Amino acid sequence: MIDQNEYDKQFYQNIKRRLITNKLIQIGVFCSVIIALIPLCSIVFEVFKNGINAISIDFLLDVPGSIGSGQGGIGPAIQGTILLICLTSLIGIPLGLSSGLFLYEFHDNKIAKMIRFFNDVFMEFPTIILGIFAFLVIVLTLGYFTILAGSFALSLIMFPIIARTTEESLKMVPVTYKEAGIALGLQKWVISVRIIMSAAKKGIVNGILLSVARIGGETAPLIMTILGSSQFFHGIDSPVDSLTLRIWRLSLLPYDDAQTSGWGSALVLIFIIIMISIGIRYLFDNNIRKSIKT
Amino acid sequence: MFMELKPPHNLFVDKIFKIIIITSAFYILILIVYLIIKLFLESGPIWQEIGFSFIINSDWNTIEGRESFGALPYILGTIVTSIIAMIIAVPLSIGIAMFASYMPKESHIILNFIIDLLASIPSIIYGLWGLIVFRPIFVKWFEIPINSTLGEHMWLFSGIPLGLDIITASIVLAIMIIPTIASVSREIMKSVPLQQQEAAFMLGATKWEIFKFAIFPYAKAGLVGASILGLGRAVGETMAITMLIGNATGVFALPKSLFQAGQTMSSILANEFIEASPLSLHISALIGIGLILLLFAICINIIAHVLVVRMLKVREGLINI
Repeated sequence: MIDQNEYDKQFYQNIKRRLITNKLIQIGVFCSVIIALIPLCSIVFEVFKNGINAISIDFLLDVPGSIGSGQGGIGPAIQGTILLICLTSLIGIPLGLSSGLFLYEFHDNKIAKMIRFFNDVFMEFPTIILGIFAFLVIVLTLGYFTILAGSFALSLIMFPIIARTTEESLKMVPVTYKEAGIALGLQKWVISVRIIMSAAKKGIVNGILLSVARIGGETAPLIMTILGSSQFFHGIDSPVDSLTLRIWRLSLLPYDDAQTSGWGSALVLIFIIIMISIGIRYLFDNNIRKSIKT
Repeated sequence: MFMELKPPHNLFVDKIFKIIIITSAFYILILIVYLIIKLFLESGPIWQEIGFSFIINSDWNTIEGRESFGALPYILGTIVTSIIAMIIAVPLSIGIAMFASYMPKESHIILNFIIDLLASIPSIIYGLWGLIVFRPIFVKWFEIPINSTLGEHMWLFSGIPLGLDIITASIVLAIMIIPTIASVSREIMKSVPLQQQEAAFMLGATKWEIFKFAIFPYAKAGLVGASILGLGRAVGETMAITMLIGNATGVFALPKSLFQAGQTMSSILANEFIEASPLSLHISALIGIGLILLLFAICINIIAHVLVVRMLKVREGLINI
């Protein structure tokens, strides 16, 4: 028989211990969030602080000057990045959308399950391998570094992302929409494209944005496909520059000016990525448009 | 007389539509197979000349006539940096994922925003930040004190603390994989049935006990999967590591201490691929390393995928544990 006082004592000690453990874990959890926040704040702060000094009209439009001179800009790099994004979207978006549709239409099929699995695994492939693949397939065949190889490599990163997000957002559309289409006797492709895809527009656009942001910041596969250059785009058979490659090259130089230009390029890169997402979101999201109009 | 029952439109367009979506879906299967075959064929010379010992050799000489190649230092470099990054990132990420349960629902937006923002910063900017901002601070406050006190006694901390070394690269790598692990872990923890948590709560459990007894046993496999997914990211990550690891080659790249320059599989590809002349043994050695890296990534991702998908299926009630 346990003494009542002894029992109470143990009981309260036990509760106290449990509450203290809980508190300690809570502090640990808060700390981990703060630790993750520090680098984030530091990166955003440094990019803005150092980047804003570098930005000027000349910096944005000029070709890079000679190494160490501290002059010149990143015009070709900006042009190259925008060209790459456009060209990649041209290849990647249709492919991604149609394979997303396939995964949706045949979702229970064994082959579709296999494709979905490979799609997910492919999404996580090291991007530099895709660059090597593009190098072997396109650059070696054609015999020159070209923007085509770069966009091919980037499209390999882009389309699995779009395929999966498209499938996920198509799944959200109520089956009744499809049934209504069938009851109206519409053709299958009309049901898929005009009814289901337009109902799931928002999710699909989000997926596209995600992939564009991802490829805009990609560097590794561009090293061996577009090589980098210090001139504006002149023809499909010559190397092109991109912002990410420019940042890499600048970071290898030991000069302060190069560092400043590197931060400037980083700021422009982040700006482009954010502009693309805000721009496209504005075009497609009716709620935002309404709220701005009223 | 029966009217011929025929759809009012022609089915030809439908057929074309079907063919288009099927071909585009099969594109990915063809790509994967072609990619592996292509890498294997192009790296053929290295398997013929050096054979299997390419994986366990550690010299790296690219001068023509005296060529010798070994991938071991880079394989070890990749493994070491990824493991250090995982040791740092996994507890932090699970902490971030747990944060949601300690805070009111409104704060989840902020948490998602942080994770999304961290995930959307390009890897090259992490590299630039690591090189210019993080490295000097880290060298001054961590590497030099540790090295001067412990460096002589422990091999782990020996070497010259310059900042271009394995530990710096690993820490930046850890920062980069936190968003991946945190967001997947959060999804996994959300997928635990609410009744489990409510039952634990009703028995008077604290938040930590709810996690320990109700969430964790249920989400174990999924959390491991999320971590392995982060490992996959870490293995494939290129640019930030290339900028920070110091880029040693050959026997110098064998990871011996934390404060020593190293090299990973992806960073040597980024550094040397463009300098190697086509059709040389050098380039086929690099492609061979690429093939090894690819096989690593495929294995890791298949394991992670199986674990995560299984966990998310539990939520949908398709399987029971």
